[in-house]
Amino acid sequence: MVDFDVRLGLSPADLALRNIAIKRPEDWLDLSPEDDPEIRLVQENFASELIRSRRFRDEKTIWVRPAKIVVILTLLRDHPDTEFSFLSDLTCVDLLKVNEDETEPRFQITYNLYSMATYKRLRVNALVEIGQQIETVEGVWPAANWLEREVYDLFGIVFAGHSDLRRIQMPDDWIGHPLRKDEPLGGEEVEFSFNVRGR
Amino acid sequence: MGVEQNLGVMTVQMNTVVNWARRNSVWPATFGLACCAIEMMAATNSRYDLARFGSEAFRASPRQADLMIVAGRVSKKMAPVLRRIYDQMAEPKWVISMGDCASCTGVFNNYALVQGVDTIVPVDIYVPGCPPNPDALIYGIMQLQKKIDREQFGDRR
Amino acid sequence: MPRGVYIEPYEENTDLMVVNMGPQHPSTHGVLRLVVELDGETIVNATPHIGYLHTGIEKTMENLNYYKALVCTDREDYLSNLINNTAYSMAVEKLMDVDVPARAQRLRVILNELERIASHLIWLGTHALDIGAMTLFFYTWRERDQILDLKEMMSGVRMMTSWICPGGLRGDVPAGWVEKASMFVEHFPVKIDEYDKLLTKNPIWIERLTGVGIISAQDAVAYGMSGPSLRGSGVAWDLRKANPYCGYEQFEFEIPVGTKGDVYDRYLIRMEEMRQSVRILKQALKDIPDGLVRTSDRKIAPPPRAELDTSMESLIHHFKLYTEGYHPPVGEVYAACESGRGEKGYYIYSDGGNMPYRVKINGPSLKNLQALPKLARGRMIADVVAIIGSIDIVLGDIDR
Repeated sequence: MVDFDVRLGLSPADLALRNIAIKRPEDWLDLSPEDDPEIRLVQENFASELIRSRRFRDEKTIWVRPAKIVVILTLLRDHPDTEFSFLSDLTCVDLLKVNEDETEPRFQITYNLYSMATYKRLRVNALVEIGQQIETVEGVWPAANWLEREVYDLFGIVFAGHSDLRRIQMPDDWIGHPLRKDEPLGGEEVEFSFNVRGR
Repeated sequence: MGVEQNLGVMTVQMNTVVNWARRNSVWPATFGLACCAIEMMAATNSRYDLARFGSEAFRASPRQADLMIVAGRVSKKMAPVLRRIYDQMAEPKWVISMGDCASCTGVFNNYALVQGVDTIVPVDIYVPGCPPNPDALIYGIMQLQKKIDREQFGDRR
Repeated sequence: MPRGVYIEPYEENTDLMVVNMGPQHPSTHGVLRLVVELDGETIVNATPHIGYLHTGIEKTMENLNYYKALVCTDREDYLSNLINNTAYSMAVEKLMDVDVPARAQRLRVILNELERIASHLIWLGTHALDIGAMTLFFYTWRERDQILDLKEMMSGVRMMTSWICPGGLRGDVPAGWVEKASMFVEHFPVKIDEYDKLLTKNPIWIERLTGVGIISAQDAVAYGMSGPSLRGSGVAWDLRKANPYCGYEQFEFEIPVGTKGDVYDRYLIRMEEMRQSVRILKQALKDIPDGLVRTSDRKIAPPPRAELDTSMESLIHHFKLYTEGYHPPVGEVYAACESGRGEKGYYIYSDGGNMPYRVKINGPSLKNLQALPKLARGRMIADVVAIIGSIDIVLGDIDR
């Protein structure tokens, strides 16, 4: 059967239309407090900070506001129902090209958590505006030290209370934050016959 | 070149002797940066033995080395270090740019890498590949030896 | 005071000597810069400085479509290329909701285990070279060259094969490959015994490695360490057992776990892991299931070349997949594999376009190296080399 799927044929403009139309696709399921202890904990204790939740391809994601992130993550780490003792990854996504307008938060700090007791994963996303600071989770997991330095270096997000916030990957005198979406990829122009130098 | 049997004397051009000595004892400095370093290590190991071409010892200190094999991608943070190591080497010195990233940045045309190490140091031989086979590196070193043969004695002070 | 009896009061010299093990150093396993503060010969603090190999792979991948970005994944952890490919492919397959055929899963297991052995062989060779046992450097590369021969037979390339792609494998293994791999697996345990005989009961080796670089299990988990560096401290966590992928649950193998958490334990763990990899390989190389090596789902895999002559739809699929690529749904996924160093994961954020919006490469070596000041404090300067060798870092994974 010919499958001229939308994924193979649409132009970017059509795709943008499609994305808005299916902002909540069929496979977007909210986490339910009965099945998922993580969402139950966050809903019971920090209902004002919770923005939304999603189960996608057997992975659970929670979006929260950044104000009380340390307390939320400490609860998720210590509570016997969840016990996320392992910080697998701490990263950031620049949502500049995904957001529809400038009122939405620009950055999403992603904490990929893992539980050594139950072997389960959880993703906690904190939405941060540009220029807004977020508290460091270095006290919760020391693993976050370098990971937050890297996010500061490549995205420019300041982590309040970090012990040693300076550049880690780029040279110390580098200007700018390379992985932001408005920074260029850089490099040199590839020479073809029409733009070769010196001819 | 002439050999005088009775006197036990051999006359030869100065150039030939100096070049013969230099080409057969090229000692590289360990400058392995990334993936190409692994193939460089493979070139020195049991299967592709680089020592039989004269590169017996890979010196860690640049002051004792003749050849710098830039094996791997050079980031903009590493570039001053590379230049400093090159400056610390004593004449005569040669540079082999091993791999695509050192020659022309290969796959990574972006903000973080120096676009070709020949913008920082003068390169004698480029060895293409990602990473080049150890055979290719040995071929590059043999070509370097041929290049050394063509040098004139007065070129390097 | 009478003349000649005056004694100067003893002042403790509190100056620390700062030694820079610079980016170019034979024992730092790449371009790592260590600034070590010493009190005599005792280490007070050892701060790693990284970033000398930063390649901007993540931003490069944002400008290539999902299939082309695969070639960038080979080049981060450059000692276990196929494992990087597996983790990335698993993430993209999860995103696209695509199943991989059974033959491809089995071949993935075989290639991953061969890659794990190759990575541990380099670790052993360079670790022994740093400590001073130079012979092993030449012995282990002899075996690794045989594994690279297998990779070359399969794909034509020794290292950066990019052979494991989203959907399965890029192509089937040629005739005679399974026999050659079985021959390698037959005679390799003899070689591990050889290395064992040289090192494990060697008094110099034991003297230099025991008691060095100890970290407790609680600290190791808090620092996010994974792989043999974590298992040395007693935490039995291996992704192949905890969250099995690629069909690892079918095979019988054990995970070696240490007790003390020092460098010697980590050495023993990696030697035993090589033996367990051989055990998995012996099981996996028997009765490989027949079938396709790449999914027949035309959304992700191009059609076979023979079909292009006869079918118009196949031609269009082929053209679209190779020029524009496929468009996954909007979402985030994370998929992880167990590499020789720890948990190698890829976090992909997709916005529905043909290029990944954000790829974060979760390399194990970054978090393992972060614990270096804790491991090295109080030891002698000569132990730093042993500790770096034991946590088995690859700078390509750290700096990306």
